[in-house]
Amino acid sequence: MLEKYLILSAILFSIGTLGVLIRRNAIVMFMCIELMLNAVNLTFIALSKHLGNIDGQVFVFFVMTVAAAEAAVGLALMIAFFKNRESIDVEDINMMKW
Amino acid sequence: METLFFTIVAAVAVLSSILVITCKNPINSALSLVMTFFCLATFYVMLDAPFMAAIQVIVYAGAIMVLIVFVIMLLNIRSETGKRSNHAVAISSIVAFFVLFETCYFLFRSTAAKEGMGPITSSVVESVGHTELIGKAMYSQFLLPFEITSLLLLVAIIGAVVLSKKKI
Repeated sequence: MLEKYLILSAILFSIGTLGVLIRRNAIVMFMCIELMLNAVNLTFIALSKHLGNIDGQVFVFFVMTVAAAEAAVGLALMIAFFKNRESIDVEDINMMKW
Repeated sequence: METLFFTIVAAVAVLSSILVITCKNPINSALSLVMTFFCLATFYVMLDAPFMAAIQVIVYAGAIMVLIVFVIMLLNIRSETGKRSNHAVAISSIVAFFVLFETCYFLFRSTAAKEGMGPITSSVVESVGHTELIGKAMYSQFLLPFEITSLLLLVAIIGAVVLSKKKI
């Protein structure tokens, strides 16, 4: 009962990791991070049901808040970067390179 | 019956999340991600968490994905031209497989999570209501983290406003 949800969540998390590592488009990387956060949310809710405890679901709430804040700030950063460089390829983000 | 339904929805979730990382066009990736979010909302309903399913659809599939699609269309991003080298893809795949293997290994070794230790069973959720249970926990036991979350949102709003100024 619990294992299948946890394995699905592990698969989704690995796909998200792979996406962050192989894609060069900053927005797609961002979406992969959202995918990883959602995999963790599924783990929280499955364990919350399994253990009969509501705390995990409150944590999902906080994770969603962090994801919303991350979306706002991250996309604002990407727009600011696009205004300067005309690209959102992560290979072009090298202004802070020493 | 439930296992069959789970298998179908899980297959759709995995396929659409693979599409997220393989599609060339960012808009297609975004739409596949919405599909994944809907599958996860289905799982939340199956796990006796209907309020979380509603929040998943409204906040993730609604607000966050609209924001992402809006930015993709605003920036008018074309499909990716250059690809990463084969070496980078191979090493990334090894890392991802290692993550998956490690998680499954510890999953089958662990015995920490005994079933039904807490008071919240399916019948309690049905009689009291899921929203009420979450509200009670959030406004009593988790009041301080809740307030800190509001501070985080304030900082995010200020950050977004500062970053979108003309001269940065």
